[in-house]
Amino acid sequence: MAELVLDSVSQAYARRQVITDLTFTLAEGAIGCLLGPSGCGKTTALRCIAGFEPIQSGSIRIGGETVSRPGWMLPAEKRRIGMVFQDYALFPHLTVAGNVGFGLRGISRTAREARIGELLDLVGLGGQAQHHPHQLSGGQQQRVALARALAPRPRLILMDEPFSNLDVELRERLSLEVRDILRREATTALIVTHDQHEAFALADWVGVMHEGRIQQWDTPYNLYHEPTNRFVADFVGQGALLPGEVINDHQVEIELGVLDGHIPVDCGTGGCEACVRHCTVDVLLRPDDIIHDDDSLLLAEVENKAFRGADFLYTLRLPSGQRALSLVPSHHDHAIGEKIGIRLAADHVVAFPRS
Amino acid sequence: MPATADSTLPTQAPPGGAFVCAARRGWLLAALAVAALVLVPVVVTFSAFLDIEGEVLVHLAEFVLPDLLVNTFWLVLGVGLGVSVLGVSLAWITAMCEFPGRRLFDWALLLPLALPAYVTAFVAIGLLDFTGPLQTWLRENWNLTGLPEIRSRGGVILVMSLALYPYVYLIAKNAFATQGAIALEAAQSLGLSRWQGFFRVALPMARPWIAAGLMLALMETLADFGTMAVFNYDTFTTAIYKAWYSLFSLPAAAQLASILILLVLVAVVFEQRSRAQMRYGTIGRSAATRRIRLTPPLAALALLYAGTVLAVAFVIPVTQLALWTREVIATDLDARYWEFAWHSLLLAGMGAAGVVAVALLLAYAGRQRPGPAMIWTQRVATLGYAFPGAVLAVGLFIPVAALDNWLIGIGENWFGFDGTEILKGTLLVMLLAYLVRFLAVGFGPVDSGLHRITRSIDEGARSLGTGTGELLARVHLPMLRASLFTAATLAFVDIMKEMPITLMTRPFGWDTLAVRVFEMTSEGEWTRAALPSLAIVVAGIIPIILLTRRGTHTHG
Repeated sequence: MAELVLDSVSQAYARRQVITDLTFTLAEGAIGCLLGPSGCGKTTALRCIAGFEPIQSGSIRIGGETVSRPGWMLPAEKRRIGMVFQDYALFPHLTVAGNVGFGLRGISRTAREARIGELLDLVGLGGQAQHHPHQLSGGQQQRVALARALAPRPRLILMDEPFSNLDVELRERLSLEVRDILRREATTALIVTHDQHEAFALADWVGVMHEGRIQQWDTPYNLYHEPTNRFVADFVGQGALLPGEVINDHQVEIELGVLDGHIPVDCGTGGCEACVRHCTVDVLLRPDDIIHDDDSLLLAEVENKAFRGADFLYTLRLPSGQRALSLVPSHHDHAIGEKIGIRLAADHVVAFPRS
Repeated sequence: MPATADSTLPTQAPPGGAFVCAARRGWLLAALAVAALVLVPVVVTFSAFLDIEGEVLVHLAEFVLPDLLVNTFWLVLGVGLGVSVLGVSLAWITAMCEFPGRRLFDWALLLPLALPAYVTAFVAIGLLDFTGPLQTWLRENWNLTGLPEIRSRGGVILVMSLALYPYVYLIAKNAFATQGAIALEAAQSLGLSRWQGFFRVALPMARPWIAAGLMLALMETLADFGTMAVFNYDTFTTAIYKAWYSLFSLPAAAQLASILILLVLVAVVFEQRSRAQMRYGTIGRSAATRRIRLTPPLAALALLYAGTVLAVAFVIPVTQLALWTREVIATDLDARYWEFAWHSLLLAGMGAAGVVAVALLLAYAGRQRPGPAMIWTQRVATLGYAFPGAVLAVGLFIPVAALDNWLIGIGENWFGFDGTEILKGTLLVMLLAYLVRFLAVGFGPVDSGLHRITRSIDEGARSLGTGTGELLARVHLPMLRASLFTAATLAFVDIMKEMPITLMTRPFGWDTLAVRVFEMTSEGEWTRAALPSLAIVVAGIIPIILLTRRGTHTHG
């Protein structure tokens, strides 16, 4: 276990910049996640940390030791980093026990067998030790891959899209299991995924990446509720941006009413209230910020709806023609075209300068 | 260990870089060396034209070449037509139709691959000749004479077609089975009957496959020596052999060889182009094929057709071999026979080991240093399969002999050596020729086996603390075991069957089963050629079993 520090790391393939100025710190024992659409550079970042790619600037440190800097990298086999691959990369010619024990060296036979047994119990595959990888299901292979990476007690575990080859139901269950396993081994771990549910279920810290840069490194809660830019607001969770006007330094007015709270946009007011009035912003409204209320005088037309079991996600058309999303308990079943009463229920303001 | 990065030099090369670059260059150089070995015979045979012996060339041009060209033309045309018709029709009925016995024919129609064409040839002559059992029986019982002469151009073409159609059959069957189903269903939904679908959809789509199979068959035709010798049908290979042994004229042999290489290269170009088209021609994943259920009369016809081909191309020749073997086994199964067999096994074993080792080197080089230069190098290095054995014998003997003379010169001057040969009397030329000719056979399975080991497998092993040597020993070799075994088996059997290289370059006393077959058949002693032939055929069945199993096994 060790702390992982990336200090303004950049990497380029043949003049194309893949990651730029990547900086974050993952504390010892914490689980971090790089989240982003495909091609955002997250996998490259992981491969740089693992020691498969050189970096062009900055440095990577594990437990205080520099492992990569421009012109030099500690070979992957000397980094003591466990890696779980997207395709698991299990050795097909070895049994499950052989795979898990592959990286155990320099210890006695009994210690080796004890460690293998311990890990197989940890991932719940105690009975499959003598099976070959092709005899296991996808989820079981995934767990063997994790056990194999954990076996030599690495300083850090890296996982590249660990659940992308599994079906949705298994993915959710397994991501909670993996979180438990990582906690029990008290391992520092960094996971790469494009699936925010996975990221939120697993990680203490999430870095949203876009075009090779980290847009925001934060807790899942803050990423959802306090995105610092439009990309994060759009990529994480659902919502709509409505135009609003800043009234004073703690109020903003939108079509649905006035929102109270700290305005995160610098309108360049310098304390001059008259100047503030003309500062227009885009306000982020999550589907749970607008609630359905039959008594409300504020009406919006149902333009589209998606049944999601416990609730409906309505796409609403406001009188001004703007669209907004609302999450409504599923016994409020309204037809498309119907006008329903809505009410604003946001407890803080997320706003971006008008583009 | 310095902890700060020098950010003023962001593109500075890693200190380990020089070593990494050298290692990568080393892989390319190794691959280039293998490719050079293939180019040597080409360069050597063509350079025979630089040193023109007027008389030889005039003699060749006047008396030999016209016949050779005419003979080769008809041979290529006839065999090309024969293998296409047999191969495509048999592939269609076994891949797309349902009739009794289809499952059996599906693999049994590959069995003629186990019979070298020269064996089919001498059995056919032994059976159908004027003095053979069939004609004798017809004459004595029915007073029938005037059956077409088997020792003729038609006879050669018939025998070669029966021996080589499996090349087209195998590859066309795969094409029909993998791409036929969906496209045919699309054609049917557009209103074509299944038979119309065959001619308007399946056949045009399978054209690159068929062409590739056809070109392989034609390369074998051009390379064939044994059959032509049995039939006394003059082609380039037999002419090279005669120039070598009767005229003792290396330049004449080399000049003939260079013309043959030109013909072969035409086939190679067509084959490579077809293979390139095959990549684009694949359509999605094939649905489970719904075969055409043939009506009873048609089914009977299909059964009769496939049955006749199988009988004539495999069952009858093998039966005849067995019968002849029974006649002579008491006298022929002697110490000399075991010596032939031992030589065959030994040479095939050494040759196969060399092929597998170099194939592994070449494939590994491609993995360590990928890139267009490497792909081209690998392509050239595996072109040797197209070169006739007779060409390789000449093209590799000449440079080795030259090297020998140079070494002898040094030996005489420096060490008082007074022999006449150092390398010539060894197995070197023969093993090099085997290597060049059969490298592709070994490279295919090794390379595809290596491709199955993904980059993440390597990286997984490395992140678990494995260095390069350990990676090879603990991961790559165990994972490649099955591929290496397949490669060794295929090369082993091909070398056992091989005739002209062994015949022309063997050191004194190194007679093999194939050489024995040649000697007996050139004296018309068909029955005495049967025992060594049967041994070759039995060995030849092994790769067919591998070939038919390859589709079904799951891993490793």
